[in-house]
Amino acid sequence: MVQGGEFKEGDTLLKLEDIHMYFGKVAALAGVDLEVKKGEIHSIIGPNGAGKTVMMNCINGLYKPQKGNIYYKGKRINDLKPYKRAELGISRTFQKIELFGGMTVLDNIRLGRHIHLKSGIFSGSIYVGKTKQEELESRKFIEEEIIDLLEIESIRDKTVHMLPYGLQKRVELGRALALNPELLLLDEPLAGLNLEEVEDMARFILDINEEERWKVTCILVEHDMGVVMDISHRVFVLNFGYKITDGTPEEVQNNPEVIKAYLGEEDLYATRR
Amino acid sequence: MRGSEIEITKDLTIPKLFLQQCKRFGKNKVAMREKEFGIWIPFTWQDYYENVKYLSLGMVSLGLKRGDKVAMIGDNRPEGLWAEIAALCAGAIGVWLFQDCMMDEVKYIIDHSDTRFFMGETQEEVDKALFIKDECPKLEWVIWDDPKGMRSYHQDFLISIKKVQELGKELDKKEPELFEKMINEGHGDDICLLFYTSGTTALPKGALLSHYNMLTMGRNLMAVDPCYDTDDFVSYLPFAWIGEQMMSISCGLQVGYTLNFPEEPETAQQNIREIGPHVMFAPPRLYEGMTRQVQVKHIDSTWIKRKVYQFATYVGYRVADLKFEKKPIPWYLKVLSWVAYITMQKKLKDHLGMSRLRHCYTGGAAMGPDHFRFFHALGVNLKQIYGQTEIAGISIVHRDGDVKFDTVGTPIPNTEVRITEEGEIISRSPSVFQGYYKNEEATRKTLVDGWLYSGDRGFIDEDGHLVVFDRSKDVMTLSDGRPFAPQYLETRLKFSPFVQEAWVIGHERPYVTAVMCIDYSVVGKWADDRKINYTSYPELSQKPEVYDLIQRQIEEANRDLPDPAKIHKFVNLYKVFDADDEELTRTSKLRRAFVENRYKEIVDALYGEGDVVHMDTTITYEDGREQRIKTDLRIQRVKH
Repeated sequence: MVQGGEFKEGDTLLKLEDIHMYFGKVAALAGVDLEVKKGEIHSIIGPNGAGKTVMMNCINGLYKPQKGNIYYKGKRINDLKPYKRAELGISRTFQKIELFGGMTVLDNIRLGRHIHLKSGIFSGSIYVGKTKQEELESRKFIEEEIIDLLEIESIRDKTVHMLPYGLQKRVELGRALALNPELLLLDEPLAGLNLEEVEDMARFILDINEEERWKVTCILVEHDMGVVMDISHRVFVLNFGYKITDGTPEEVQNNPEVIKAYLGEEDLYATRR
Repeated sequence: MRGSEIEITKDLTIPKLFLQQCKRFGKNKVAMREKEFGIWIPFTWQDYYENVKYLSLGMVSLGLKRGDKVAMIGDNRPEGLWAEIAALCAGAIGVWLFQDCMMDEVKYIIDHSDTRFFMGETQEEVDKALFIKDECPKLEWVIWDDPKGMRSYHQDFLISIKKVQELGKELDKKEPELFEKMINEGHGDDICLLFYTSGTTALPKGALLSHYNMLTMGRNLMAVDPCYDTDDFVSYLPFAWIGEQMMSISCGLQVGYTLNFPEEPETAQQNIREIGPHVMFAPPRLYEGMTRQVQVKHIDSTWIKRKVYQFATYVGYRVADLKFEKKPIPWYLKVLSWVAYITMQKKLKDHLGMSRLRHCYTGGAAMGPDHFRFFHALGVNLKQIYGQTEIAGISIVHRDGDVKFDTVGTPIPNTEVRITEEGEIISRSPSVFQGYYKNEEATRKTLVDGWLYSGDRGFIDEDGHLVVFDRSKDVMTLSDGRPFAPQYLETRLKFSPFVQEAWVIGHERPYVTAVMCIDYSVVGKWADDRKINYTSYPELSQKPEVYDLIQRQIEEANRDLPDPAKIHKFVNLYKVFDADDEELTRTSKLRRAFVENRYKEIVDALYGEGDVVHMDTTITYEDGREQRIKTDLRIQRVKH
């Protein structure tokens, strides 16, 4: 595994080794291995309660697995707090929207940028020199890279809780991007969206992954099989704490165990077609 | 400076005028602004000149010749206008397409117009071009300007606007005189634009307009309502609509006022407020939208604000009505109207972006008297305009202080308007078009001895104002011969904020009925406030509470109407009429014959005994996909 230095496409960016996570005696994850390469969209699928979100929480540091190792860019990050992991470039969105409802869209996104602001409270209060420079750069970044990408020009000054659900999801993605991440964890970004919003969101994920400017590696937890199979490079199938398989979308779709785990849900794949 | 000070000769062309103005204003004046990344970005006349010049030369080096067609599609943005002027500078002809045109419309227009150059904005338009490319062999180049989403497109005939401009720069180095030489070759009688009319009935027809047509149009309109080079205008309606061309090019170029382009179509209302334009021209649906917005905000506001609003509108209506009747306004009303201005009108006009507005026009379709009075009660100088693409814009407008809301006004200078014995409106002016492209039969029918036959019916009233009837017969008759006016009823219904579209039926039937389309956001909010659950438009529209709400709106519209004109039954449709489904024209006029055929089951049920209609139909999305809809619609009777 490469350690430090410049990471190229195809290098292992994130590695999970034999992760065990128990809640009391319930094993949410029982020895899970995952390897995410730079430049991929790596999806995690599985039935409800399979442990997908637990995996996300382990990666970004909300949970601490009892056993196993997590390597990010070759460095063990088990003991790092979530905000430290964010500084390394790991960003995420949540299954249930976790925005600040009373704040504007712009303020929510700016908050995601906070980690990159270096100027202190004193220069900030008089807005001179470095602070001013920093603010201008940050504004340019948010406007040109995020607002324009996500097409949320018309709502930038609206309060978040007034917005429809689909737009809130988009704002949450915007906040995650403000961190300028290298690895983005997307926890059910399509849940609760209508057809048109799903298509928009899928396109944004592709843009973030492919556009020269971003090239963000994505881990996607999602139930919408149509989209997962369409946009993922690899799919990891989890079933109640155990890995069933990890492979390309075609391999996964033809895997008999996967079909068994999803038995009775064959039509799931057809939902959006 | 007034635009009419420029002398329009037969030798003058749009590019020649463009060159003159660029030299006159140069770096010292802002020609246009675009809001981008949250900031208004100005372009001076010098920037305008350079962008147009290199784009024009770039297209020439790609093989553009005089008389070629350049099709353009996309949102209103500086690049769109540059492309148009650039094409004209090279002696080519501009063809604008509506941005939401469906594939087969795009294909028809590109093919019929013999377009060689296609200028799109972003991936969406490029996709349209790629889709039709094989079937339109004459199409050679597809130009785009927004790189978003274009990373995986590598076809040889795709080229970015930046690349084209670089080619232009190279050509300019080789032949520095070429650009002005191309411009000087032009003549006022050359064709500059090919406009495909929306066509309420048949396939679109391409109207040919010359430079002289366009320029005299601007001059004659501004002779009535002068514009100044210090004015601001917001360009946000489709360039494929002649009204927008008239304001941005015919008038804009002559006076040199600043054009402002909104950030996105969704932010237009907000951006208009930031700019505060001096002139505005929009079809009725935009004013209807504003009215609805005000009424909804009024319902939502606090008690004290509602009282102030009611007082101010009461005063406003009194004053407006006296002005309409050309009666003097008594001193106490003047005082009250000043109070109304301070307490309400000033703020409201600011919110609507109308605080600096000198003239605002509505045209393209009929506007209801309720909406008209509403704006005049606010102190907004709203005026009707009448015209068509074939006359490069308009022929008739209201004069300040002589506004009658059931008329469209009096002819602009150099324009004659007459009524034939059959009641058809005909007009003659220097702006009358040159004929339809590749359609001599239609040209012969429309252009007779220099007179433009509009196909509209109307008459001239005692004050010399023109009154226009609806294209598809303004007055219909019930089966017992009693007359009623469907369009008048529809505009009355649409004055309710809850109603987005209405279709009134009754021709040769025993009584009048209506198909209603609720306004999703307004009715949705109303339902939310009352804890009524719904998940979609079809479901919301069928809620009994919503039916009762709509019934109350109909009863309100029915009031004061003679018996035959009253609506007896109605049904809430499961969707809003849409131009993509061919129910409306691209300029939002209802295509009666089409909907009558499409919703035959509903019409039959409205005149049958039953209370329910079973619907099984498909709706079309903008990208051509279809969705099947199965639903039951309820029919409700209106009490009288």
